[in-house]
Amino acid sequence: MDILFGLAANILQEGFVYAIMAIGVFVTYRVLNFPDLSVDGTFPLGACVTGALILGGADPWAACLVSFLCGAAAGCVTGLLHVRLHITDLLSGILVMTGLTSINLVVTGGSSMLAYYSRPTVFSAGPAALIPASARVWRVLAVAFAFCILIKLAVDWYLRTKSGLLLRAAGDNPQYVVSLGRDPGMQKILGLTLGNGLTALSGSVLSQQAGSANVWSGTGMVVMGLASVIIGTSLFGRVKIMRATTAVVLGTVVYKTCLVVAMQLGLPANYLKLLMAVLLTVALVANRAAPFRGKGEKRDAVSSDL
Amino acid sequence: MPSLQTSEPARGFAAELRHIDKTFGAGTAEEVPLFRDFSFAMEKGSSVSVVGSNGSGKTTLLNILCGSVRPDAGEVLLDGARIDRLAEFRRSRLLGRVFQDPAAGTCPRLTVLENLSLAENKGRRFGLSRGVSRKRAGFWRAQLEQLHLGLEDRLDVPVGSLSGGQRQALALLICTMAPIKLLILDEHTAALDPKSSENVMELTERFVREKGIPVLMVTHNLKYAAAFGDRLIMMHRGKIVFDVSGAQKKTLGIRELTDRFDEISIEDGNSV
Repeated sequence: MDILFGLAANILQEGFVYAIMAIGVFVTYRVLNFPDLSVDGTFPLGACVTGALILGGADPWAACLVSFLCGAAAGCVTGLLHVRLHITDLLSGILVMTGLTSINLVVTGGSSMLAYYSRPTVFSAGPAALIPASARVWRVLAVAFAFCILIKLAVDWYLRTKSGLLLRAAGDNPQYVVSLGRDPGMQKILGLTLGNGLTALSGSVLSQQAGSANVWSGTGMVVMGLASVIIGTSLFGRVKIMRATTAVVLGTVVYKTCLVVAMQLGLPANYLKLLMAVLLTVALVANRAAPFRGKGEKRDAVSSDL
Repeated sequence: MPSLQTSEPARGFAAELRHIDKTFGAGTAEEVPLFRDFSFAMEKGSSVSVVGSNGSGKTTLLNILCGSVRPDAGEVLLDGARIDRLAEFRRSRLLGRVFQDPAAGTCPRLTVLENLSLAENKGRRFGLSRGVSRKRAGFWRAQLEQLHLGLEDRLDVPVGSLSGGQRQALALLICTMAPIKLLILDEHTAALDPKSSENVMELTERFVREKGIPVLMVTHNLKYAAAFGDRLIMMHRGKIVFDVSGAQKKTLGIRELTDRFDEISIEDGNSV
C-alpha cells in the first residue's frame, strides 16, 4: 500500500509540473497548429536559469518569473525566425533548440548539472512553509497542484479574452485574421512566446522539486508534451463540461503513469526515451489525428462549379 | 462610354488600378505576361460584376486590389488614396472580401458567436477584455435572423459544422459589419449548390442595397453577372474586352452576354 501511495505521489508531483509544459505545447500545437520543437531547449533553459539564480541567492518565486520570461524570449525568437525570416516551422524550432544548448551551458557556467539541494525553493519557502516540513510529500504535491491549476485557469481565461480569441483564430484560419486587419504572423509569435514561457516555467518548477538543474533534461520534452496533449484531448476531449486544458493536465498524468508503471515493471532506465517515443507513436496512430501537418488544410471540400 | 485609361483625379472612384503591369513567373520558362498597362476604375456607389474566361485576369485583378498579389508596376487606389504599399492585412481594414471557398471567410473551430464577436472588434484593440459578450447574443440573433437560415439558434455551434451556404452567408454578414469602402466578392457562390447560391445572391443584393457599399463581384455565372450591379465588364487575356453600364446594361440580354462569352472562350480554345 505504501509503495502504491509512493508511486501515485511521485506521478502526481511530477505530472502536475509537466502538465504546465503540456499546456504550453497545447497552445502552440493545438491552438496555433504549430509543431514547436524549441520546447526541448526552453524546458532546460527554465531549469538552468532557476539553478543559477537560486545559487546566486535569488528568491525562488522570482526565479520562476525570470525563467518564464527567458522561455518566452526564446519562443519569440522561434516565431521571428519563422514569421519574419520565412524559415519552416520545424526548422525554426530546431535552430532555437540547438542554440539554446549553448546558452544553457553558459547559464550554468559550463557544468551540465547545478545542484542546490539545501537552498530554499518554491517547495519550501513562501506559502509552502504553511504545510509542515514533516509532511514533505503533501507539501510538494500541494505546490505542484497549485502551480498547475493556476496556470490552467490563467490560460483558460486568456484564451477567452479578445486577444486569446484572435490567437485561436490565427491557428484556425490565418486568412480570417488578415480580413480582420491583423497580422497573423504576430499572433504566431505571441503564441510561441506564451507556449515557451510556460515550458520554461515548468522546467523551473521541476528543477526546484529535484533541487538541481540538468542541461540535458530537455531531451524528449516535445515528445512528452505532444503525447500528453494528444492522449488528453482524445481520452477526455469529448467530455463536454471539461475544458481542453483540463484534458491536457489529465493526459499528462496518464502519460506519466505509463512511464512509471513501465519502470516499475523492470524497464531499464536507458529505454525511457524509446518508450516515450513509442507512446507518442501509439497515441498518434490510435487517435488517427493528423500529425504535424495538414490539419488546417483539411477543410470540408466543396468545389462544384456552377 | 467614358475612357478609363486616364490619370485624372481619383476623387470620384471607389477603387482604381492605374497602369498595372503583372507577369507571373518572370524570368522562368513558364513566364506568363498577364497585365500590360492595365487600368480600371469603378465609380463610387457602383456595383460592378466581372466575368471572363479562365486565366483572363479577373481573380488577379481582385488579388492586386486586396494585396495578396503585388503588381510589377502601377498604382492601386482605394477611395482616392494609394494603397499599393500597404500589406494585405492593413488593406483589410478598408475592404471586405468573400472568397469562393466557404471555409476561407470564417474560423471553423470557433463558434458562430465567437466568429461574430471577433468581426465586430475589427479595427479596434484585441486586448484582455472578454472576447465574447453574452449580452450581445440578442443583437446577434436579430442579425442572423435576417439570413433566414436558422443560424440564430446555433450561436454556440462551431462554424465548421455549418453547411457551405450557411458559412458563406455568415461570411457575407461578417464582411459587411464593419464600415468598409469596398466589398469584393470572389466567385462567392461558385462552390454552393443552386439553392444556397440563389439565397446568397439574394442576401448580397440586399446588403448592398441597405448598406450602399461599392461592390466588385467576380462570377462565372453569367445570369448573376447580368442581373447584379450597374456595370458589367468582361475580361480576356488581361484586357477588358466588353464594358457596359447604366441603361445599356439593363437591356443587356443574357443571350447576348452568353454569345460574347462564347466568342472569347472559343478564341481561347482555338489559339491555345
